[in-house]
Amino acid sequence: MKNENCMIEAKLYTVKYDADTVSHLVPDEESCKKCISKACQTVCPANVYEWNDTENRLIVNFENCLECGACKIACEKHTLGWQYPKGTKGVTFKQG
Amino acid sequence: MSENSEKFLNKTDVIVVGGGPAGISCAVTIARAGKKVVLIERGKFCGSKNVFGGAIYAEPVREIFPNFETNAPLERKNTEHRYAILGEEDATTVSYRNNDSNPVSYSVIRAKFDRWMADEAKKEGVIIVTETVVRELILEKERVIGVRTELENYYSDIVVLADGVNSLLAKQAGVRGEIDPHDVAVSVKEVLKLDNAKINERFNIGDKDGCIYEIFGGPMLNMLGLGFIYTNQNSISIGLGITMNELIKHKLRPYALLDKLKEHPAIAPLIKDAELTEYSAHLIPEGGYKKIPTLYASGVMVCGDAAMLVNNLHWEGTNLAMISGKLAGETAVIAVNKNDFSAKTLSKYQQSLEKSFVMKDMKTYKDLMGTMAMKNEQFLGYYPKKINSFFKMFTAVNCIPKRTMFRGFIKSVFKERGIFGLFSDGLSILKLLWSILR
Repeated sequence: MKNENCMIEAKLYTVKYDADTVSHLVPDEESCKKCISKACQTVCPANVYEWNDTENRLIVNFENCLECGACKIACEKHTLGWQYPKGTKGVTFKQG
Repeated sequence: MSENSEKFLNKTDVIVVGGGPAGISCAVTIARAGKKVVLIERGKFCGSKNVFGGAIYAEPVREIFPNFETNAPLERKNTEHRYAILGEEDATTVSYRNNDSNPVSYSVIRAKFDRWMADEAKKEGVIIVTETVVRELILEKERVIGVRTELENYYSDIVVLADGVNSLLAKQAGVRGEIDPHDVAVSVKEVLKLDNAKINERFNIGDKDGCIYEIFGGPMLNMLGLGFIYTNQNSISIGLGITMNELIKHKLRPYALLDKLKEHPAIAPLIKDAELTEYSAHLIPEGGYKKIPTLYASGVMVCGDAAMLVNNLHWEGTNLAMISGKLAGETAVIAVNKNDFSAKTLSKYQQSLEKSFVMKDMKTYKDLMGTMAMKNEQFLGYYPKKINSFFKMFTAVNCIPKRTMFRGFIKSVFKERGIFGLFSDGLSILKLLWSILR
């Protein structure tokens, strides 16, 4: 896990963001507690989701989001609140 | 402002949501017919939220922008296609070169190319609104009459949804449901900076020529996934797309697979010392023909990725997006002229799409993804590995008589797959070929 974090951080460092102050990704806390697969963590190409064992909740690093929508589709019970960030916010690809 | 006066002031003939190839092609087609069209894009500029592998196809682009080759920002004209079948450590590559001055495709940087297309569309009368997210459709008596953004409402006779693979609006319009993890690939890509001269040398190509790699196997062995490399002027785009349910099933991170691909002995020398300039990710619709939604309803049409128009085998997406956008635009013009925006009138869009190569091609490959998903361990695992071990055997020079080696190889195939397995694989291939060719 540590190693994976390092790998992805170097990649995300190359991406231009204009982060909002509020998250455009809103998981349903109760539903996440019951979720076994936590597939959002696996499929996310930007490591936005981290499960915190001590707090027993999903941490959402929404400022790293590449806005691909993978988490929304992977979410087993379709309980993840997912929308695009505001028009002036989020990722700007310079190459794409 | 009251809703009614707003309806009057903020009204155009057509609203197009999304500034990608589909949306821009649609909007410019409508503007050229003299109709009032506004294109709403959520990014800072058209292209700023858009990601793809790396090549646009010349002929379909010419359909929309006939002179694009003289002034669009193009990287390289692709003269070589390589199909690389990777084993764990080895690789078999087939390559096709054609130095035709009239190339099939060009590599482009989407942030530049889409922006250029949008600027061209603007010159031809399309009103482009950026940094604006459409939150929902405005409906009146089950007809779409406009869109609600964060700041204001826009009204029109027709709304065209070109808002990409995630299209929340198509879902709201009732033409599309939730996407299944089997029907979408998660794609990650890196743009790596490398000197023009080094690219020419490593890919054995001329200064303006490009090379495309389609990559099977390697870190994606046994899984429904493909890798790619495109050459730009001074950079290389490398990435892969893998079906989401494979990632979930095997608990694999998409970027970890890409890192493995970059380390493969057949790939690593191509990108050695190239510096990462941008990482990106995107979803690719993979469901094929069977997952294409209804493309129209009263006051609304859907095109491009939002309509799931991707031909995975041939790596076609932007071309299908542009042609579907154009056809939706033509239907919109007919509807505006008739002042009839009913589902019946807009169904002409679906009809013209079905008459075009777009739907015909989608239909041709309707069974492809299903067969591949069912037989992925064989067709994307066992056989790619076996092709490589065949060449390993064939190129070996040792003291074993050739006939013994050949017989040994054939025996191993029978032993590993079994008579029943081989029969079943052969039958699947025949069935697939029949579905494609009949």
